[in-house]
Amino acid sequence: MFIPIYFWYSAFVIVLCGILAISLRNPVHSVLAVLVLFFHMAGLYLLLQAEFLAAVQIIVYAGAILVLYLFVLFLVNLKEELKLSAFVPGVWLGRGIAAGLFVLLIWMLPSFTSGIKGNWPSAAVSQAGHTKALGGELFTTYLIPFEIAGLILLVALVGSLVLAARIEGEQSGRSGKRDQNEHPALPPHQEEVQP
Amino acid sequence: MHILILLLYILLLFTVVMLHVAYATYFERKIIGHMQVRMGPMEVGWHGLLQPIADGIKCFFKEDIIPENVDPLGFRLAPVVSLTAMVASLAVLPFAPGWVLADIDIGLLFVFAMSGLAGYGVILAGWASNSKFSFLGGLRSMAQVISYEIALGLSLVGVMLLSGSLNLSTIVEAQGGTFGGMYIFPQFIAFGVFFVAMLAETNRVPFDLPEAEAELVSGYSTEYSGMRYAIFFMAEYVGMLVMSSLGTICFFGGWSGPFAVPYFPALWFVLKVYAFMFVFIWIRATMPRYRYDQLMELGWKWLIPLALANIVLTAVCKALF
Repeated sequence: MFIPIYFWYSAFVIVLCGILAISLRNPVHSVLAVLVLFFHMAGLYLLLQAEFLAAVQIIVYAGAILVLYLFVLFLVNLKEELKLSAFVPGVWLGRGIAAGLFVLLIWMLPSFTSGIKGNWPSAAVSQAGHTKALGGELFTTYLIPFEIAGLILLVALVGSLVLAARIEGEQSGRSGKRDQNEHPALPPHQEEVQP
Repeated sequence: MHILILLLYILLLFTVVMLHVAYATYFERKIIGHMQVRMGPMEVGWHGLLQPIADGIKCFFKEDIIPENVDPLGFRLAPVVSLTAMVASLAVLPFAPGWVLADIDIGLLFVFAMSGLAGYGVILAGWASNSKFSFLGGLRSMAQVISYEIALGLSLVGVMLLSGSLNLSTIVEAQGGTFGGMYIFPQFIAFGVFFVAMLAETNRVPFDLPEAEAELVSGYSTEYSGMRYAIFFMAEYVGMLVMSSLGTICFFGGWSGPFAVPYFPALWFVLKVYAFMFVFIWIRATMPRYRYDQLMELGWKWLIPLALANIVLTAVCKALF
């Protein structure tokens, strides 16, 4: 009784917030809509007994990534709005195409078949505890993919540091070494406070 | 029926915590007063005991001022987000065996998630106020919360490794209820990191840069007055309570004490939490504020590497012995 109501409520809010996020004029309001969306997605994970995933969803996406988005929004001057020329001529043509796509997706829905059942149906997960089940699988069965993903992330991290340092060095003629030491998320006006 | 009892518990917890918040301000003013050789509040009631009630009534009946050029939605939402996030963390804290509203398996992660959300209140207040002081306060808070949340999370990984659980009740039970079993001894590095990060997460002195009154008037809450300002204040004190409780649970054995107390098993927990609160206030009375670059340097160059080293050390020790 409660679970379907909760699912439909979450699904409705997720869709609503998604639409709000792309239609609101103020970018900070859009970020807030995405924040609400993330929370409802975490709620859906909880329905599937994936409590670890729900917590990590909020900690990583809401607590870190979205805050960095806000940082960019605050520090980039958005006084004049960027106007792009429309890809399709006419608003209603675009809306018609979007509606057609939506109908097409709904039409495809019945041909959806669920995959083969794995070792972890939600009853087994809730018995073992989601954190334990996830950790066990991740560090035994899927160890190699996990390590590869970690390595790729490390490469991306080092790469972004190198790129940021080079651009700073070319623009202001500072030594790249000092810039590497700084946290990339520092607001620019704080950089001047170095001793 | 079950839901009604649960609601009653929630109401009880909320009332107790709000009373605690009111008297924590009294506690703070008295302690700082005596440390500075003055009396603190003395006028309202015996030794000023009714002062928090008077302050509460004053804030409640003040005119609610919303400046003209604020973002109305963000300005109204910000204090509520701050307080809600902090109060939500209370649900998973075990005060005594069985005295916990939601005994969930990811209790520790839940507290992290909620403390991350509480940062939004401050950021939103800073942005929506449309004032330079507020905005700078909000930006500082944002950078500070991101940096120190990493250190806070990593410092507690050692505790998770030792207890093998994220459930706060299980963490307390894993410490065995003895003096030597407390995780402060094997995890002293983690506790040092946790303590500093805890001060920074709650925006307390010496890390109160978001509301540095000497340079930013009152930081993110400059434009707020009356009850909305009081809500920010409540959020800060509930945050102190949550972080003190987390420290008590993860490093000082939670509710366990030298002997069991009949009728009120949470006594040792409360005493430990108040010892934490006293240290918070003690630090505020004695320490000057950090400079911004020092704050970032401490967070990124000292606390995070130390916490990572502690994780490796703990994991190696656990694998060997």
